[in-house]
Amino acid sequence: MTSLASRYLGLELRSPLVPSASPLSRELDDIKTMEDCGAGAIVLYSLFEEQIRNDTAAFYAHKDQGSLSHGEATDYLPEPDSYAIGPHEYLDHIAAAKSAIDIPLIASLNADHVGTWVEYADLCARAGADALELNIYKLAMDPTESGTEVEQEYVDIVREVAKSTSLPVTVKIGPYFSSLGHTSRKLVSAGAAGLVLFNRFYQPDIDLEELEVVPDLKLSNPYESRLAMRWIALLCGRVDCSLAATTGVQSGHDALKLIAAGADVILLASELIRHGIDRLAAIESEMVTWLEENEYESLDQLRGSMSHRTCPDPSAFERTNYMKALLRYM
Amino acid sequence: MATTDPSRTSETATTRTITLDANEAVARVAYRLNEVIAIYPITPASPMGESVDACSQRGLANLWGDVPSVVEMQSEAGAAGAIHGALQTGALATTFTASQGLLLMLPNMFKIAGELTAGVIHVAARSVATHALSIFGDHSDVMAVRSSGYAMLCATNPQEAQDFALIAQSAGLRGRLPVLHFFDGFRTSHEIRRVEPLDDDTYRALVDPELVEAHRARGLTPDRPVVRGTAQNPDVFFQAREAVSPYYAAFPSVVARAMERFAESTGRRYRLFDYVGHPEAERVVVLMGSGSDTARETIEHLVASGERVGGVIVRLFRPFDTRAFVDAIPKTARHVAVLDRTKEPGAPGEPLYQDVVTALAEEQPRDQRPDVIGGRYGLSSKEFTPAMLTAVFRELERDRPRNHFTVGITDDTSGSSLDWDRGMRIDTDPDVVRAVFFGLGSDGTVGANKQTIKIIGERTGDHVQGYFVYDSKKAGAVTVSHLRFGPRPIRSAYLIEDGTADFVGVHNTRFLERYEVFRHARPGATVLLNSPWEPTEVLARLPRELRQEATVKQLEIWTVDANGIAAEAGLGRRINTVMQACFFELSDVMPKDDALAAIRASIRKTYGKRGDHVVEQNLAALDASIAGLKRVPMETTSNGNAPRSPFVAADAPQFVRDVTAQILAGRGDELPVGAMPVDGTFPTGTARFEKRGIATEVPEWDRDLCIQCAKCAIVCPHAAIRLKVFEPAALENAPTEFESAEFRGSEFRGSDLQDVRTTIQVAPDDCTGCELCVHVCPAKDKSDPRHKAIDMTAVAPRLERERRNFEFFLEIPELDRTVIDPSSVRGSQMLEPLFEFSGACGGCGETPYLKLLTQLFGDRLLVANATGCSSIYGGNLPTTPWTTNAEGRGPAWSNSLFEDAAEFGLGFRLTLDEQRANATRMLQQMSRIVGDELAREILASEQHDEADYREQRVRIAELRARLKAFDSPEARHLDSVAESLVRKSTWVVGGDGWAYDIGFGGLDHALASGRDINILVLDTEVYSNTGGQMSKSTPRAAVAKFAAAGKPNAKKDIGMIAMAHDHVYVAQIAMGASDKQTVRALVEADRYPGPSLIIAYSHCIAHGIHMADGMVHQKLAVDCGHWPLYRYDPSRQDRGENPLQLDSRAPRIRFERFAERESRFHMLTRSHPKTAKRLQAQTQKDIDARWNVLRQMAEMKFDEEKKR
Repeated sequence: MTSLASRYLGLELRSPLVPSASPLSRELDDIKTMEDCGAGAIVLYSLFEEQIRNDTAAFYAHKDQGSLSHGEATDYLPEPDSYAIGPHEYLDHIAAAKSAIDIPLIASLNADHVGTWVEYADLCARAGADALELNIYKLAMDPTESGTEVEQEYVDIVREVAKSTSLPVTVKIGPYFSSLGHTSRKLVSAGAAGLVLFNRFYQPDIDLEELEVVPDLKLSNPYESRLAMRWIALLCGRVDCSLAATTGVQSGHDALKLIAAGADVILLASELIRHGIDRLAAIESEMVTWLEENEYESLDQLRGSMSHRTCPDPSAFERTNYMKALLRYM
Repeated sequence: MATTDPSRTSETATTRTITLDANEAVARVAYRLNEVIAIYPITPASPMGESVDACSQRGLANLWGDVPSVVEMQSEAGAAGAIHGALQTGALATTFTASQGLLLMLPNMFKIAGELTAGVIHVAARSVATHALSIFGDHSDVMAVRSSGYAMLCATNPQEAQDFALIAQSAGLRGRLPVLHFFDGFRTSHEIRRVEPLDDDTYRALVDPELVEAHRARGLTPDRPVVRGTAQNPDVFFQAREAVSPYYAAFPSVVARAMERFAESTGRRYRLFDYVGHPEAERVVVLMGSGSDTARETIEHLVASGERVGGVIVRLFRPFDTRAFVDAIPKTARHVAVLDRTKEPGAPGEPLYQDVVTALAEEQPRDQRPDVIGGRYGLSSKEFTPAMLTAVFRELERDRPRNHFTVGITDDTSGSSLDWDRGMRIDTDPDVVRAVFFGLGSDGTVGANKQTIKIIGERTGDHVQGYFVYDSKKAGAVTVSHLRFGPRPIRSAYLIEDGTADFVGVHNTRFLERYEVFRHARPGATVLLNSPWEPTEVLARLPRELRQEATVKQLEIWTVDANGIAAEAGLGRRINTVMQACFFELSDVMPKDDALAAIRASIRKTYGKRGDHVVEQNLAALDASIAGLKRVPMETTSNGNAPRSPFVAADAPQFVRDVTAQILAGRGDELPVGAMPVDGTFPTGTARFEKRGIATEVPEWDRDLCIQCAKCAIVCPHAAIRLKVFEPAALENAPTEFESAEFRGSEFRGSDLQDVRTTIQVAPDDCTGCELCVHVCPAKDKSDPRHKAIDMTAVAPRLERERRNFEFFLEIPELDRTVIDPSSVRGSQMLEPLFEFSGACGGCGETPYLKLLTQLFGDRLLVANATGCSSIYGGNLPTTPWTTNAEGRGPAWSNSLFEDAAEFGLGFRLTLDEQRANATRMLQQMSRIVGDELAREILASEQHDEADYREQRVRIAELRARLKAFDSPEARHLDSVAESLVRKSTWVVGGDGWAYDIGFGGLDHALASGRDINILVLDTEVYSNTGGQMSKSTPRAAVAKFAAAGKPNAKKDIGMIAMAHDHVYVAQIAMGASDKQTVRALVEADRYPGPSLIIAYSHCIAHGIHMADGMVHQKLAVDCGHWPLYRYDPSRQDRGENPLQLDSRAPRIRFERFAERESRFHMLTRSHPKTAKRLQAQTQKDIDARWNVLRQMAEMKFDEEKKR
């Protein structure tokens, strides 16, 4: 069988298929299933900066209501003896997951500015994580903040986290930078061992009847993978770090295209949520079948072959291709 | 698997003292010494049950290495039965209770004692409800059970309560008697002091393993079968009853020996009767309980002043050792006063007095006997001070001292009271620091003070005392903390007296207007005020009375903007850290650096569990606190400050001005006996005079945006936002700012009302600012959806305007009830609420139902209210929210007990039915005299709607007018029952603790009676009033007190049980999910001629939710199927229709989506994730199965053939 062996963040993986941060990794049984279905590694669901900061605050705000106010009741909920606040529960989960599987486990922290939560990077390491994915989910909403300042915030976060832990840190970012390549290099300089392209900013919807903004999570589709495909192809070899592709992978073909663009690993969530974890095995099988049918000896043979460095027409990833595409409609 | 409590080990190993209250101290001992513990919540004993339950949940071990079984029962009667059974099968078993709870245990207590079974009941002694319920402390409960055969051992303070818990069990096992160990509710149960804990060596020295084995060996077992609990006949019962006598005769010496062994082990020596005072005292008092500490302190003071006085502190009250008692009194004693903390009306004297008289008569030669008088003191935690005790000693000096006196009150009715010197102070030791803090319930003041006590008690080695006085209100509650610190033991078991406090903390500027916050301060005392004001502003902002007092007392006033600092640090309204830091800075109670280090450590320990961020927030607040502290410059001249506003309006009724206002002003202690109703009867409609002004933001109405749906009014828990519909002429004298809008409805019955207008008005001083109304308001501004027809806006700039508007609003005549359709939401809200401004929590989920009840049927409503939240916010003095309409009609309300509300309400119904039958018969007999036509019309009236009621009232008035012309017994008789011919609406109201648990048998019986009685269960799914203990209504997967690891069993389906009766109207309602169905169900229940049961989902702070979202949570509960809405009307079968109508759709969301929004469920996910997942999955199955059953029931065909 054609080898799917891959390397990501210095870790040796048997496959490039990696379940990405999603609710699927909340259950140990599901994590084991991921391994059984051939996952190369697993990115755990994210621990949010807000969770670290607010999880217990919210709980105790509720618990404290009415306490020590009335003669008949000291308080209204029992004091939990072993209340696992969000972060601690997460660390426990890392430890439990790590002992349940043999493949690398990547913890995930989600944040948008530097804060005390940074210490959790090292706590994740101590709990047994093999690497850390840092999901910088920042909406630059402040009109007085310049693009440079926004980028600097990214760099600062990465630097602080990388400094605080010995784990390799991969950074999940969105595509909205004036110069993505330049930003990527700065992040790598700050300590990023990998980049995950791209974060999807979930777009809320408007409920016209209630005149309310409502959260609305839509699972990704294959077309969305094009953005990552282009940028991986463009960054491949230009930044000194691992590259992970995420968003929109639904089949072995989708995965292979991204590998060809230069991705070291493929992160999947929507497809597994939609059709179940065992889709991993099916996608792997589709990949192997295609590779064997096309007489590839290994995945590495394909990896990066369609990046800007080696593809037959590098301009296809660039502006000229836009013109070509438009002309097709004319 | 049992584990050892590490904290307990470290306490004994390193720190020789701990700070805790008696409840906690006793619970620790009881837990260590028992195998089976049956619990049931009742104030002030609930914390003992909560404590042992928490220990059991944590798997802590008792003395023998096992984890005791802690089981919550359905009532105290159940708890007594359970421990009786456990004891009879050889377990060491205990329980905790108070007041009515103890009375419910009485039958079993006779049995347990009659069977010579050792077991201890720990009682936080509390008043038994008589003319009124009171949660506070006296000995009326324990004295009511003194004939049960239980030995009775009384502790004076938390240290003794801990020690006696062990001595009671030790002696009980040796002497084979059960022991009632009691201490004063609140004054001791809730007073924090420094206590020397017990170590295992002491436990083992006192609890002889052989006696435990002997107890076990007496247990029932099929391996050595016996029968116990036989029925006996006149031939032998008497003799058998006398057979126990030797055990009672021996028991005092058994207790005395246990006390000796205890002294050998701990150095703390107790006797059956401890004497304090002059060895050759001439005047001696006898008493027991917390007053004994005050007596000791006072006697030492008087002896030091050269007086020959003394006191006997009674420890073992039953069996009463007359010889030991007499031996305890100095031979020189000539005058004895016995102080009882109870009242036994009609008796020749109170219990302790009678025992003393008997003991002296039996043990002392006549010529050596001192004179004895008896008196009452301290009922329901009435203060008992050195001055009062001194008054008793002064009385003993008189030639003919008054017997059966009272002290601590002014009895202008019977003249029983002793006067006392109100200016006398002995608590003046300059080494003692006395501090009083006025806080808001929600600001963390009490918690901070408890921490302060701990810090000082454990770091300085000083003796400490903390006692906390709470409000009757739940929203905007005020707390007053009384703290003492000093190098010597503190025995002042009374509040810090006026003019003695070294430090006064005023944690909210609102208190300045309402309370005499400087009264406790001694001259030169330090005052710390939390205010946003500049120091130079403070004096000018004080009411005249406070300004003058500050000047006269030369107070040193400091101010700090604690709210600003706390908000800046992200702590919201929790100002505890700021105020605590400032207290240590100003009070010199310990070196400042040590204090700061201790606070830091305390913050880390207290908040560490809450996350680093919370710790940092508190540390930031701490750092900013001292810098924010500013001294107020004192000016000697007054600048003409305005005096404090009167507590009630000048036009309030006389009773309100003379009595209610005094209580509101904190001067209730000064009211004489003659000011009080003799039978506990009070006028309604008094809450409206208590203008509390606790909200900083209140709703503001946008008449142009409003769609007049009335949802804001129906959900308001406090009737503080109201809708009125009126004719334009009503606006003639309206204030210029009064707003109204054209009424958009036309649902008036048979009326030619035209150009009708409407107003939605807020009561600015009565609103709690809960925001429930804003959250349900559906009318949004299309261009700015943040703006709704109701927005919360700052009250201060609008206060005077809204006051004028609300006053005018109240003057607008109510719309004629007969033209309103009450079965619609808006129609119901056009009716006047006769339940207003209660003391319930802000955002309460219960009170909207009660208010609606009064709108629909208030002028013909009788309410039998089970004890619980609803009886407290409904009937706790000083005011009541139940009120009357312009005609003087309104709900008549009473609370009997916790357990008997259904039977009590059934009693109402029986009377009404009887009187109606009586009146009907009399009217038929007298129809010719009063007029055939009138009689016929009265008797034929079916009374279905408001028009019928009005017409019938007119007829009854006419009937009574005609009857006046006849001076005959028959006419007077008919006149006295004539009003029963207007149909009354009888409602039994209570929470789920009552309906599902303690009162379920009665509820079931009332339903089975078939009578026209309506039962409203305000279902919060926990015992809310006592602090959120599990009831059988608590859902599976929820955590609650007594179910910290999640309730494993499903919620009892009381609706289905009621439906099984077949003749009961049953409805399950949730206002937040369907206000329309709620209104409809209540109207139908009233009209239904038989029994009705309405189960109303009531969100509660015990759910761990943001209360402003309460109605959203109600909707979620319905949407997920946890709370299906339905109405079951048996009368529909008569029309060939299915009696069950489902009013909510099939579950639309998973249970977990609901559960994740409420801390009661979410907490389990955090603390026991696997259990939470399993229980929630099971709950989902429960929901699916129940919905399936309901659906199938609702789909059954009831055709013509099936007509009954």
